[in-house]
Amino acid sequence: MGLELKNFYDDFRDAKTIKAYAKVIKKDASELNRDINIMEVCGGHTHTIMKYGLPQLMPKNIHFIHGPGCPVCIMPKERIDHAYLLSMQEDVILVTLGDMIKVPGSHGSLQDARSKGADVRFVYSPMDCLKIAKEHPDKKVIFFAIGFETTTPMTAALIDTVIKKEVSNIYFHINHVTVPEAMAMLAPSKIDAFLGPSHVSVISGSKIYEPFPEKFNKPVVVSGFEPVDVMQSIGMIVKQFVEGRCALEVEYKRAVNREGNVMAQALNNKYFEQREHFRWRGIGDIAKSALKLKDVFAHLDAEVIYQDILPTQEIDDHKLCICGEILKGEKNPKDCKVFGTACKPSNPLGSCMVSSEGACAAYYKYGNLL
Amino acid sequence: MNTTITLAHGNGGEENNELISKVFYKAFKNKILEQREDAAIIHGGELAFSTDSFTVSPLFFAGADIGKLAICGTCNDLAMMGAKPKYLTCSVIIEEGFSIAELERIVDSMKQELELNGAMVVSGDTKVVPKGSVDKIFINTTGVGEVQQKGISSNNLGKDDVIIISRDVGCHGATIFAAREGMELSSDLKSDCASLFPQVQALMDAGIKITALRDATRGGVSAVLNEWAKQSNICIEVEEERVPVSDEVKGICELLGFEAMSLANEGTFVLAVNKAEAEKAVEVLQTFEKSHNATIVGKVSTAYVQRVVLHSAWGTKRFLEMPTGELLPRIC
Repeated sequence: MGLELKNFYDDFRDAKTIKAYAKVIKKDASELNRDINIMEVCGGHTHTIMKYGLPQLMPKNIHFIHGPGCPVCIMPKERIDHAYLLSMQEDVILVTLGDMIKVPGSHGSLQDARSKGADVRFVYSPMDCLKIAKEHPDKKVIFFAIGFETTTPMTAALIDTVIKKEVSNIYFHINHVTVPEAMAMLAPSKIDAFLGPSHVSVISGSKIYEPFPEKFNKPVVVSGFEPVDVMQSIGMIVKQFVEGRCALEVEYKRAVNREGNVMAQALNNKYFEQREHFRWRGIGDIAKSALKLKDVFAHLDAEVIYQDILPTQEIDDHKLCICGEILKGEKNPKDCKVFGTACKPSNPLGSCMVSSEGACAAYYKYGNLL
Repeated sequence: MNTTITLAHGNGGEENNELISKVFYKAFKNKILEQREDAAIIHGGELAFSTDSFTVSPLFFAGADIGKLAICGTCNDLAMMGAKPKYLTCSVIIEEGFSIAELERIVDSMKQELELNGAMVVSGDTKVVPKGSVDKIFINTTGVGEVQQKGISSNNLGKDDVIIISRDVGCHGATIFAAREGMELSSDLKSDCASLFPQVQALMDAGIKITALRDATRGGVSAVLNEWAKQSNICIEVEEERVPVSDEVKGICELLGFEAMSLANEGTFVLAVNKAEAEKAVEVLQTFEKSHNATIVGKVSTAYVQRVVLHSAWGTKRFLEMPTGELLPRIC
């Protein structure tokens, strides 16, 4: 019997296994006379936790803090404006991943741009840009690249192909961000342990989290994205506290090793370098937390080519928005005055409501029963 | 509301409803329209009357084509009010340059589907527009049917009703997505597109008193259940693992980040009946090949009025929301 797609998720959503882990967690947590705040860094984890109702299975002393790992949520408004303005250029086809479509900047979202006549395309693979560029030789195709370490190699592979095949009408606007720098920024808060984003580690290896137990004294468990994965990982974290350990452990062993995908890393390093600073929506400036095209590839860099029309003025969120405090675990979406009223997925005022993986959006969609 | 129309306004979900309420209902306000049923009940309750336009791309897809869809869509809206489809109109808007052979293929599948319903097209209109004004061909059908069982309504669900789904959900939406340009997915998936009147007729012939019926088109089962919960001012509680979803649809949902219950169907309906008649209704439906996996998925309660609650197999619960936005994938 061959491997089927369902083999990748059926067992990892098994009711009996989830219930068994809930029991173990409850028992172990009862041996602790303290609360544990666990930050799931990645929006994919937030989505799993909320969709499968996992907080309802947690003992009273285990809490989730929903982290900043959603690539469109953390994109500052001025950069969303870049996408909008580029798409409105006469001879431009703006290509990006689906998550970007609804995110409103100060002029509107890409969906609005499209309804005003802009040519905006959403692709599943950046490589689709090659086909679009070939079909429209008279247009400039700009790939608005978003995502963490997980999606960065796909962009690098496209750049590699564009250069090797001498494609003359594809350009890049790079918004790739990196996880460890943001985690380090948040680590001194009331977070006790991290659920590490595993797809990031498939690329970068588990080694990127080694400083957290060592330097910050916070355990990290690199977790898969299915409910059984998350439950097992929570169990591993609680166990560490029971046993008085603080370590980096990998639950998602079926795809993660210490070194990661070294070929992908090499490709990334060939084309990208760290930005000095990147402003994370809701959090603020984090040093060396994002990538840009190396200067030798400036001729492909839409941020350089279109610098005259792209604003650099920082745009802050609505003053009632408390996304920054939510991301640090100091507040809960429900503590926010505008949650679900003025701020909704259809009209997000702040970063956490922007994509379905943001904490507020996940609460709005799934969380009202908590 | 936005100042311009976006694709989200046609999603069968929240934005779509907002647009309809704030523009069309506001202007056309009347008692029949405000019932918000699949088809209007007119002429002293004797006739059902409905219209639908079809713009699907691609025109031909696994399991059906735009022609079959255009007949099924309107006939099913009538069937969902317990009416036998009788007379239809057919309007087509065709783009200059469209192939006549393809048009004949479309009209032929319309003819076959009409026969299956025992209905006929009695009036029509044809418009041809310059290249680029429409995408190949758009079809509108409007239909009249004879009501066979009165009193079926989305506004009447009560605490003794249970919820039945006629077959596995999401096949049409998943098929269309897989067939769109750029996806390059290969699968055995077929649209569920089918005329539903035979199944409805069998339920009525078996003497089952139907509370509400709705085919789960755009917005899928999520939209139907949410509309019912609101219109009847009740809570609907669903056991998630009881909702039938094929492995293929599950796989596409996994790859693209969709919820099967929010995907469109074109031959799948949701049925509310009194719990005393539920087993019998399921038995009747299971005699049809197309609804052999019909099953009870939930019940009406008062737990969270106007909301739909999904129960997981491991004892957690969450709300099932009305679908919002354009159907889009997540990236990581």
